[in-house]
Amino acid sequence: MSRSLKKGPFIDFKLEKRVLDMSKSGKKTVVKTWSRRSVISPDFVGHTIAVHNGNKFIPVYVTENMVGHKLGEFSPTRIFRGHGGKQR
Amino acid sequence: MARIVGVDLPKEKRGEIGLTYIYGIGRSTAQKILDSAGIDRNIKVEDWTDEQIGKIRKYVGENFKVEGELRSSVQLNIKRLMDIGSYRGIRHRTGLPVRGQSTKNNARTRKGRRRTVANKKKATK
Repeated sequence: MSRSLKKGPFIDFKLEKRVLDMSKSGKKTVVKTWSRRSVISPDFVGHTIAVHNGNKFIPVYVTENMVGHKLGEFSPTRIFRGHGGKQR
Repeated sequence: MARIVGVDLPKEKRGEIGLTYIYGIGRSTAQKILDSAGIDRNIKVEDWTDEQIGKIRKYVGENFKVEGELRSSVQLNIKRLMDIGSYRGIRHRTGLPVRGQSTKNNARTRKGRRRTVANKKKATK
């Protein structure tokens, strides 16, 4: 079930503030964040955000198409290395 | 023979059911279409008059995305997910369930027929 519209999209306050500050001052740095639950808002477009996947930060370059998705969707937490078979 | 948006409807079925042979129209949409066109749901497809067929065509054309258009829009949505590299897109790419289902067993609809992998050699001690 989708989230109530009344509440609006959830974005971590600190992250939003940092991105907005960055847009305002016009400089582009990579923002590290653990907040995988944050929705990507239109303000994020064009920035690179390093999203933690539990192990390291995965840089995500935000494009227009990604708006409305959550940051975590772009930072996979599992790596599939194929099934066994040959002895390693 | 009633032909709506490029699909032949089975003529021996009730209108409500017949319409569901169109991709993108299920029972409830079919009912909505017939009600708003003022046609009894129980009239068989073969008994529709040309005028009624025209009404249905018009209503479907104006209000619903069906058949090719719907198929292509679904494909586009999937393609978008794959292009932005989101988790769901990756799942589509690898042909695994997209909505968080378990894949330890089953999930055969997405994974296709079972592919048996040759037995692992036993480790010699």
